[in-house]
Amino acid sequence: MPKVTIDGQTIEVAEGTTILNAARQAGGPSVPPAMCYYSSLKGSGGKCRTCLVKVTKGSEKDPRPMPKLVASCQTPVMDGMEVASISDPQVTTARASVTEFLLINHPLDCPICDQAGECHLQDLAFEHGKSSTRYEFERRTFEKIDIGPYIKLHMTRCIMCWRCVYLTQQLTPERVHGIIGRGDHAEISTYIERSVESEFSGNVIDVCPVGALTDRTFRFKSRVWFLNPMDAHRDCPTCSGRAVVWMYGDQIYRVTARKDKYGEVHEFICNTCRFDKKDKNDWTIEGARNIDRHSVISQGHYDESALTVR
Amino acid sequence: MGRKLLLEHAQVPGINTYEVYRKHGGYRSVEKALKSMTPDEVVEEVKKSGLRGRGGAGFPTGMKWSFLAKPEGVPRYLCCNADESEPGTFKDRYLMEKIPHLLIEGMITSSYALGANTSYIYIRGEYSWIVFILERAIAEAYANGWLGKNILGSGYDLDLYVNPGAGAYICGEETALIESLEGKRGNPRIKPPFPAVKGLWQSPTVVNNVETIAAVVPIINDGGEEYAKIGIGKSTGTKLISASGNINKPGVYEIEMSISVEEFIYSDEWCGGIKGGKRIKACVPGGSSVPILPHYLITKTAAGETRMMTYESLADGGFASGSMLGSGGFIVYDENQCIVRNTWTFSRFYAHESCGQCSPCREGTGWLEKVLNRLEHGQGKMSDIDLLADVAKKIEGNTICPLGDAAAWPVSAAIRHFREEFEWHVNERTACMERNYGLVSEPVAAV
Ligand SMILES: Cc1cc2nc3c(=O)[nH]c(=O)nc-3n(C[C@H](O)[C@H](O)[C@H](O)COP(=O)(O)O)c2cc1C
Ligand code: SF4
Ligand code: SF4
Ligand code: FES
Repeated sequence: MPKVTIDGQTIEVAEGTTILNAARQAGGPSVPPAMCYYSSLKGSGGKCRTCLVKVTKGSEKDPRPMPKLVASCQTPVMDGMEVASISDPQVTTARASVTEFLLINHPLDCPICDQAGECHLQDLAFEHGKSSTRYEFERRTFEKIDIGPYIKLHMTRCIMCWRCVYLTQQLTPERVHGIIGRGDHAEISTYIERSVESEFSGNVIDVCPVGALTDRTFRFKSRVWFLNPMDAHRDCPTCSGRAVVWMYGDQIYRVTARKDKYGEVHEFICNTCRFDKKDKNDWTIEGARNIDRHSVISQGHYDESALTVR
Repeated sequence: MGRKLLLEHAQVPGINTYEVYRKHGGYRSVEKALKSMTPDEVVEEVKKSGLRGRGGAGFPTGMKWSFLAKPEGVPRYLCCNADESEPGTFKDRYLMEKIPHLLIEGMITSSYALGANTSYIYIRGEYSWIVFILERAIAEAYANGWLGKNILGSGYDLDLYVNPGAGAYICGEETALIESLEGKRGNPRIKPPFPAVKGLWQSPTVVNNVETIAAVVPIINDGGEEYAKIGIGKSTGTKLISASGNINKPGVYEIEMSISVEEFIYSDEWCGGIKGGKRIKACVPGGSSVPILPHYLITKTAAGETRMMTYESLADGGFASGSMLGSGGFIVYDENQCIVRNTWTFSRFYAHESCGQCSPCREGTGWLEKVLNRLEHGQGKMSDIDLLADVAKKIEGNTICPLGDAAAWPVSAAIRHFREEFEWHVNERTACMERNYGLVSEPVAAV
């Protein structure tokens, strides 16, 4: 099994593991941020460039460093490889630049965005960005559109991670959702405004790192951090029925799939569970879900060190 | 007169037809390769020739061919890159329009060398009429037994198809080209795996430029060593140059890679000097992506040596004082041209053509374009100049494919050499809309 050293921390991982996943196994502040890679979606990653790292030693066999920063989500580790993540100013500068690039056309409408509090772009900007922007032009905007009865597409907030495209490609039988246009004028689109009508389409909401795809049955109902996330399950003929119900008192405000600490879902849920089962009696509540992310949602159990102002 | 290996017969009436092309020695390389050489011997000959890719990167073709993976039972493909969309480059168009059979002949010989039984010419959508020219030539080649089953009784089969794109510069990037050929959106793939291992339909694939493939014909006819005698050092053979801008004789020229830049610009055999007897201000020697050179670095390198029309000499001085031969899109600017405007024009192109997959290129190209637009229109700020340089630097090297670099380099180079002209645009808001700056001053050499 190859051994890789990331910011001085050595870990042994399975053959073929990417640098990003090796870093996740090691844990700690060296884990690169990942805005487009999503382990359960085949082909995802490589696009956002937030996960860039520097390979200072290629491997034991070929110790030459790699000439450019590489996307850690795409680069498999080699035995003896040495990687610099937050320990290298070139890497942190590149991440700050990517963050700035992702923000220049973002509306920064967090106060009215349903994703606020569980938005990966907010986290990224907080952890890797700068506090001000140098962009002085009108930001790109799009009309909001309803993709079917349950999903709202607010393209203006999209960061073009392509996760929703891979999800619809891989989880739903007939893809009616993709990207049209190029460059900074590219946009997510459903084929001639056709609604996405698959039993699993609602999962695009969970994979979207920002508030570009949101739950129409939950829009503006509440701030997520006022709700209590509870692990719950039900007998579902379509999916595993294992989900998280977000409650205020006795009432279920929304249902999502279960996300790990990197915001990734490994068991996708069906639209019936997500959109139709909002009665407490539909579910067997297992108990409070520990949200292991340093975001405002987890303010109740915040690790003090993460709160220090930089 | 320099030797012409590709365009020798370009002006012969009817050379676009099979009969005339054949009469002028056409398809000899196929005969020679299929009848008397093994595929590996063809590859070896190309290696000996020192031929380097004519699509822009200049990678040695023979070496690229020898990297092609050859797993049992898996087909291999050759794709000809005729997407030619780099601003300033129009040589492939000329070659395909005038002597389409030269490309077809090159495709057959090269496909044989690589063991490909199906090959494609991927051509940019805007060259719609050339699709018909090529298809006609291919039909003639089939009718005369140069394509199809058991060519010349050798047992070698080849089918050749022309595939038009839909008009996207990015589809000239080899992996985007492959995606597009597969019928998908033309997004560059993340490498590795490289096309030589997993290309078209996940099979080993070689992508070569039109001119590269055409050059295989004289290499096989006359031998790689003969070809390598032309040129200087690692710049062997002849190169097609698309000459444009403020010169007396714009057009496509075939040069031996042993003439000087000065000769190329001023000799009547080539560009014929600057139009109207004006002074030269700048030159982009290899297509819009390569660094622009100011007047004092065009015919001489920073070290004072004569600049030659070769890969090495044009790159002499690195990005600080050199450029690149690139695809041979040679653009000349006279003293009345505006560098800020030119840089903005290039940036508009890249912002429009970025595929939008990766954040630095998608967002950065649009940002560069907007800042340059403002500067060009007398609305800029002094801090914009450093901002441009900084944004360019942050795109460079951080993207999936080289389009990001291609968008960043012209901006960085323009600021590096023409900063005073950019500053003038900030200081003289009205004047910069009415007239041009003229020549920039040559920096005094540090002693
Ligand atoms: C954005 C972009 C556009 C390109 N466009 C072309 C093109 O139009 N024609 C071409 O031959 N190569 C083009 N290339 C280079 C190809 O990726 C590839 O290197 C080339 O076709 C290889 O052929 P060669 O080795 O014969 O030069 C482009 C590269 C990039 C990054
Ligand atoms: S809508 Fe969301 S998931 Fe889809 S590409 Fe945009 S940011 Fe990614
Ligand atoms: S560098 Fe630009 S063109 Fe290339 S993959 Fe990234 S966004 Fe697309
Ligand atoms: S997470 Fe690796 S490039 Fe986006």
